[in-house]
Amino acid sequence: MPIKSYLALACENQLEALRTEVLALGCEVIPAENKDVLIVISETKNEEEDKALLEKLNSMKNLRHLTLVSAFAE
Amino acid sequence: MAIASAAMAAATLFPGIIFPNEQLKGLPDGDDIKWKKSPCRFCGVGCGLLIGVQKGKAVAVKGDPASEVNKGLCCVKGYHSVLAIYGKDRLTKPLIRRNGKLEPATMKEALDLVASKMKENIAKHGKDSVAIYGSGQWTIPDGYVASKFMKGVIGTNNLEANARLCMASAVTGFMTSFGMDEPMGCYEDIDHADVFVMWGNNMAEMHPVLFSRMLDQRLRRNGVKIIDFATRTTRTSMASDRSILFKPQTDLAVANAICYEILKNNWHNRGFLQKHCVFKSGKTNIGYGLEDKFQFKDEPKDMTLEQFKAFLEDYRPEKVEKLSGVSAKDIKYMASLYGDPNKKVMSLWCMGPNQHTRGTWMNNLIYNIHLLTGKISTPGNSPFSLTGQPSACGTVREVGTLTHALPYGTVDNEKAREKAAKIWGVPVTNISPKPTYHTVEMFRALDRGDIKFIWIQTTNPFVSMPKLKRYREGAKKDDRFVVVSDVYPTPTTDVADVVLPAAMWIEREGMFGNSERRTQHFEKMLEPQGEAFSDAWQMIEVARRMGYEKYFPWTKENHVEKIWEEYYKFHEGDKHGIAPYEVLKKESGVVWPYVNGKSTKWRYHAKYDPAAKGDSFDFYGKPDGKAWIWVRPYEPPAESPDNDYPFWLNTGRVLEHWHTGSMTRRVAVLHQAMPHSYAELHPNDASRLGVKTGDKVKLTSRRGSLVLPASVNERGLPTEGQVFVPFFDESLLINELTLDSFCPISREPDYKKCAVKVEKA
Repeated sequence: MPIKSYLALACENQLEALRTEVLALGCEVIPAENKDVLIVISETKNEEEDKALLEKLNSMKNLRHLTLVSAFAE
Repeated sequence: MAIASAAMAAATLFPGIIFPNEQLKGLPDGDDIKWKKSPCRFCGVGCGLLIGVQKGKAVAVKGDPASEVNKGLCCVKGYHSVLAIYGKDRLTKPLIRRNGKLEPATMKEALDLVASKMKENIAKHGKDSVAIYGSGQWTIPDGYVASKFMKGVIGTNNLEANARLCMASAVTGFMTSFGMDEPMGCYEDIDHADVFVMWGNNMAEMHPVLFSRMLDQRLRRNGVKIIDFATRTTRTSMASDRSILFKPQTDLAVANAICYEILKNNWHNRGFLQKHCVFKSGKTNIGYGLEDKFQFKDEPKDMTLEQFKAFLEDYRPEKVEKLSGVSAKDIKYMASLYGDPNKKVMSLWCMGPNQHTRGTWMNNLIYNIHLLTGKISTPGNSPFSLTGQPSACGTVREVGTLTHALPYGTVDNEKAREKAAKIWGVPVTNISPKPTYHTVEMFRALDRGDIKFIWIQTTNPFVSMPKLKRYREGAKKDDRFVVVSDVYPTPTTDVADVVLPAAMWIEREGMFGNSERRTQHFEKMLEPQGEAFSDAWQMIEVARRMGYEKYFPWTKENHVEKIWEEYYKFHEGDKHGIAPYEVLKKESGVVWPYVNGKSTKWRYHAKYDPAAKGDSFDFYGKPDGKAWIWVRPYEPPAESPDNDYPFWLNTGRVLEHWHTGSMTRRVAVLHQAMPHSYAELHPNDASRLGVKTGDKVKLTSRRGSLVLPASVNERGLPTEGQVFVPFFDESLLINELTLDSFCPISREPDYKKCAVKVEKA
């Protein structure tokens, strides 16, 4: 049951679009106050699903950079 | 809980998310939880924590809203810090090596053996055959006992600490430019500065709480700019207004080019320069310390402003562009920020300029820029050298746990020796006027056999030393005796003859001193595990067994207070006065010089500093009250990429792990977030090598090789031709590859530059 948090930096002026993309993938989103960054929390059933989700996150068109912050697994 | 922690971990990297009220959510509650103040165990920022203790166990952490350092904010390491106390494999019993194997023993047996080995070696080989190697994670009382024991009582200067590996260049930078160590400003500068220039400093990961304070200021005030000047793109670069990349080692040339531009455009502060500065030149082509018993002594010579200008002709931005890869436009931009009389500028740096074969020079050059423009010692105008460890300043720099130093002054100064001898109650002839071995040379001496006995405390050199193999193998030689005091098994305890379990952080009373001259006290909150007790008390027990009880007449209960009272005498006066014990116990931190019941936030200016004479600046560390602007040229590093080894290797830390990972890798959340080391590659290099994230790559230098997973387009992005590897992972020892070259003035090794080849494994 991997749970991960990421910082997602949006392409210029695309924060809202990125937020919509992330929400569509079923992740939780916390917008940061500095307006350029989202905190993305993902929870998946297993490593395979986690890997697939990461690929989807990385391929989002409004994403400039995604960086893993923490990970929990049971 | 895991979801909340994941969110918390991410949020702590940016301001406006985690504040005290939010941190209280989800914390255990109950009348029987006592909240006690302590500085954080980990980095040099010195965040104030409140630790919840319930039924003899630390159960929770929150940021201390009363702390001026972090104002209630915490980073992911601080938030999980108490979990590092409860790793399953804590060392709780002493171990003695018998027939090649470490076996459990009693504390009495172990301490008797340590004392007898120390005595035996002194009798057979002389007092310089024994050594103590300590830490910037020692508490101030630990360092003080080590200094008194080795320098005053035994009479050897064989005392060093791992802070030599991280801040020695900062010390020699301060000493050569100002004649006194440690920053003139404080963290409050962040609330006043308009521009922040980070020199090779990934603050978002290494000093996240301070970085958050900086980002917070950018949100609150118009026009605040953050410039990241570095050799690789990091989280700091992402959050900055401008990321400027330079080729390794060429920061020397760029700093000079900034000075050139400032003078060319008449942005210098003439009145300030005339009244408060002098110009000096030193030796050049000063070597790299690669050979044993390397010696170097600088010879300062007077210069004029005109000669300084003539020297800078070689550093025109257009010329430096070719060497550094930084465009002339960017150099001029940086110079214009420093040169704008309406902007307050703060420069921040840590390991980039310090772990540098010209580390002292780099520190001098950053001061040059601030001195040329007069932007120093006033709120928001601040060249600020950050430290990496919680008490590198407090224990190593202020107590002086380095071979050349004393708690006040240096061993080669007769008055300083007399003062120490008087306070310690030892004959002045006990204190040798000659420094012996700095850290790299200390381990070389152990390898050669000049040192036979070494006691290592609170540090893990057989992960952190450069060119590791030589020093590890040296320690294993037959007639060497190695004692290690620590809280967990490490590659260093693996080579020990005796392992002593140490009390960790809040399992004993102590004080740490952070980057901004702030001393913070913490009480004993927990009972140490098993038979462990503090490093200070371990040394006192050994000293007593060697017949030196009269120098350490304190009890286990009162020794911290008594040590502080004795140490206090070294720093009396308005230039370095420290707070009395009762004040430290009450406050969440006190900044020295502590004069007339007040902290001195900015030194060297009469408006803020009671020790400064006149009505403005007084750089009283130098006899004539003037700061020194140094002529320091660009010189290449000891080793650069070539046809055989075409990549630069850069090493460093990551957010989740503290140094060699011996504590943070035992915290499940932190370990899972960053389970192993990796080799960060530029995507173009990765593509040429046919490597993607997770693929194994083999790194080889002239000293060794290592296979580890590649990381491409993940956390950081090195420039093409560079590979970055964190050093926290004891199963992937990157220091097998690094080079033991060092700055000839500070003797601090350069962990940021050596040559490697990279192959798909």
